[in-house]
Amino acid sequence: MQEVDNIVNGQKLFQRPEYQKVLKDKKEFEGGMGAIDPAKVAEVAEWTKTWDYREKNLAREAITVNPAKACQPLGAVMVALGFENTMPYVHGSHGCVAYFRSYFTRHFKEPTPCVSDSMTEDAAVFGGLVNMKDGLKNCAALYKPDMIMVSTTCMAEVIGDDLYAFAVAAKEEDGGEYLPEEFPITYAHTPSFVGSHITGYDNMMQGALQQLTEGNKGEETDSINIIPGFETYIGSIRSVKHIAEEFGANYVMLGDHSDQWDMPAGDYQMFAGGTKIEDARNSINAKATISLQKYSTAKTMKMITKRWKQKDSAELNPIGLRGTDEFVMKLAELTGKEIPASLKTERGRLVDAMQDSYPYMHGKKFAIWGDPDFLIGVVSFLLEMGAEPTHVLCHNAPRGWEEEMRALLDTSPAAADCHVWAGKDLWHMRSLLFTEPVDFMIGNSYGKELMRDTGTPLIYIGFPIFDRHHLHRYSISGYDGALNLLTWITNKVLDQLDEDTKGIASTDYFFDLVR
Amino acid sequence: MGPETLEAKQRAAVEEVLKAYPAKAAKNRAKHLGVGAPEDESQKTCGNVRSNKKTVPGVMSQRGCAYAGSKGVVWGPVKDMIHISHGPIGCGQYSRAGRRNYYIGTTGVDTFVTMNFSSDFQEKDIVFGGDKKLAVCFEEIDALFPLNNGITVQSECPIGLIGDDINATSKVYAKKTGKTIVPVNCEGFRGVSQSLGHHIANDTVRDYVFDAEIETLGEEIAQTDYDVAIIGDYNIGGDAWSSRILLEEMGLRVVAQWSGDATLKEMAATPKVKLNLLHCYRSMNYISRHMEKEFGIPWMEYNFFGPTQTIKSLRKIASFFDESIQQKCEEVIAKYQPMIDGVINKYKPRLEGKQVMLFVGGLRPRHVIGAYEDLGMEVIGTGYEFAHDDDYKRTKDEIFRSTVIYDDVNEYELEAFVKKLQPDLVASGIKEKYVFQKMGLPYRQMHSWDYSGPYHGYDGFAIFAQDMDLAMNSPVWAHSKAPWDKEGEA
Repeated sequence: MQEVDNIVNGQKLFQRPEYQKVLKDKKEFEGGMGAIDPAKVAEVAEWTKTWDYREKNLAREAITVNPAKACQPLGAVMVALGFENTMPYVHGSHGCVAYFRSYFTRHFKEPTPCVSDSMTEDAAVFGGLVNMKDGLKNCAALYKPDMIMVSTTCMAEVIGDDLYAFAVAAKEEDGGEYLPEEFPITYAHTPSFVGSHITGYDNMMQGALQQLTEGNKGEETDSINIIPGFETYIGSIRSVKHIAEEFGANYVMLGDHSDQWDMPAGDYQMFAGGTKIEDARNSINAKATISLQKYSTAKTMKMITKRWKQKDSAELNPIGLRGTDEFVMKLAELTGKEIPASLKTERGRLVDAMQDSYPYMHGKKFAIWGDPDFLIGVVSFLLEMGAEPTHVLCHNAPRGWEEEMRALLDTSPAAADCHVWAGKDLWHMRSLLFTEPVDFMIGNSYGKELMRDTGTPLIYIGFPIFDRHHLHRYSISGYDGALNLLTWITNKVLDQLDEDTKGIASTDYFFDLVR
Repeated sequence: MGPETLEAKQRAAVEEVLKAYPAKAAKNRAKHLGVGAPEDESQKTCGNVRSNKKTVPGVMSQRGCAYAGSKGVVWGPVKDMIHISHGPIGCGQYSRAGRRNYYIGTTGVDTFVTMNFSSDFQEKDIVFGGDKKLAVCFEEIDALFPLNNGITVQSECPIGLIGDDINATSKVYAKKTGKTIVPVNCEGFRGVSQSLGHHIANDTVRDYVFDAEIETLGEEIAQTDYDVAIIGDYNIGGDAWSSRILLEEMGLRVVAQWSGDATLKEMAATPKVKLNLLHCYRSMNYISRHMEKEFGIPWMEYNFFGPTQTIKSLRKIASFFDESIQQKCEEVIAKYQPMIDGVINKYKPRLEGKQVMLFVGGLRPRHVIGAYEDLGMEVIGTGYEFAHDDDYKRTKDEIFRSTVIYDDVNEYELEAFVKKLQPDLVASGIKEKYVFQKMGLPYRQMHSWDYSGPYHGYDGFAIFAQDMDLAMNSPVWAHSKAPWDKEGEA
């Protein structure tokens, strides 16, 4: 029973003897193969740690267990929230939108506006035209956005709805009361059974930019477009903007969701920040576009170089020292300016920090998973520090990624034994960790079960991060972002060293005060 | 101008909200918004609102889908079975481990609740169908997770649309292996909310657990006169455990709890209990009615939120049994009373008169009202994400004063109601949480207990009281305004 002066929640409540008895007594009724025989559970648990299990596990062809990817429309929603006063609109059942909103909200601890047109059985039979006509009108009336960005769910894709025709029909029916002729409704098909959330990001970005810039081709300006990609670190976007601003560059961040998911308290406005629609319309006239995530923007960048003919465009990945250097040099090239002294100082400070901490990362083995561009960036940084990436796992690896990662690893002797796992999931990772253990893992919240099962310490970097607070507010890009990575990783190594040496009168001769 | 009554303010708020809509949508929404009055006998449902209808397109509804109702609520928490999210990758990933359905077991070995099994449909599966892949999934699951006691197939949208026959595929494998394989046609587009998913899942329990002869589940449980089952408790933060302990203390034997921390065997054993105790009426009334009709097992609803309702429910439960149980029931009530008095004495002075607006699913929009009132707090607005008329009828009995009733309220409306009626606390779900916190309003997530809990039972009420105090009386809400903004204020 609770004590009034010391009310505890389940964490401690269920440890009390009366609850331990309840949980023990319940076993009598649970039955089944496992619950009645603890020895059998222990035996199977041990077997799951073996090479034999690993081989069976890696041979899986059909079932995915604990994936490290999500579906297309999630990425499309992120694109929409990067534009000023823009409502993400998902053509499909509202169940999907409830999931997208919850998923982002749990990661960012911020509201995530997004509507759907709530398709049900009748739409499955007759198509979703009525839903879309009513839905666009209601959305415009209630939320008064300046743009609506429409993406699709797998349902709408299977029945084959035509987004362009539907959007036109909605405007015609509305007669301009809520949806004037010029009201921008941008759209993309984002089937959930193709690719992953980064594919959806790419499709929506490409669709929106193509539609917004149509007929706007004019004189080339000195502006530079920067596309962040499926960036879940708010601070990273700000770091990149800071670098561009140090150059005094005329730039446009295309799809800037950094303010939307980082709203100050005190008031609530549904939309905050974002790329101005006018800037997006003019993006076709920029001199170049830099994508910060090659694999999240493959289709978009193809359009930009081939159709917009922005030849100086490039994909750069400003995570870690080299990645940031390359980004800085590219800006110098595009702006024709010297690299600012302030950035040189920032770089120097980062290198100083790396040289202070390197002994603790050097030679440590890491397992890491996440999105393809994230992995290229962070693995590059690990190599810069002399760490040894051992398992690099990318569930949503696009074509070409595996080769690029392999080539990156080949640049360092430390990574000679590194495994690259494209298209594998986190249950595969579990087997890998048991059979070929590492010192640390770098990954998202899904890694906490791996941490529990394998005992490998987890450094929380990636997406989604649900169970740790505020990491997404920081940067992992730019020189300051690399310093964050360095700090998080090094201090986790030191935490673990303390943990391993804290045994009083046994191991604490290495429990040093000064490090 | 005279002082505005609460009810007049509430009615004005409803009127004003409707003005924002285009005509067709306004007409629709008008049927779902009302003001409930406890003494008004003319109201067919609370506030006369209509429910279980299609959501207006283009709004930010908080509703989920049939898949969420089946996988996320009913089947997902059954711990010794593996639940395949059958279709594209997203649904399984977004619904993974978000509902805090606590369980005891070795995850990945004999229990699987917080894992995500997906058939990860690719384009070719859409084109050629995914039945063959599903059959391989079954085999791979049994090879890698030999201690699973069964598999359910939770259909995502494309399954029904492309015409896959998961029922046949499941039947073939079940026949071959003798295992419990449950195909659930809970495609997200079915119905208007998660509610239909609950119903569909209940029907599959009937067909694949009760009607099937399950032979692999060990020894049969010897029956007693005091066997009961907890139905419709998902063990969010351990709720079913803090409920179960009270029933056991009063001499009853809980042989099954559905479906939080449940095993297949518990579910299969349920048709032999003496009484089914139903907590979430919405999600599991179907199977309770079925057990009544087929097996003659009576069922009763109970409410373990807040001492007033808990005591009422404990006595009602005891009334189904003999005097020995009734006596023990009184002993249980007496045993906890001093603790509860202490909790109320401690927190009521800090919470009295504070107004609350609720928006949740299942049973909570009515069940938790009593718990707030026990603390002296006043619920002035409530509504369900996916209720039916019978839920709103039941709600009338639980309200204490005029209350805005909003069915399937969307983000626009809820925000408008909160701004008009200025409650002191909003209690709803994750998607709304930060909207209201940014306004500087105390907030509690009442789907997940905001990562605290349990909230059920006497022990749970103490945590509930403490958490509401924490929310209402935290110093952080005072920081929203900067000191330099305070000048000139009254």
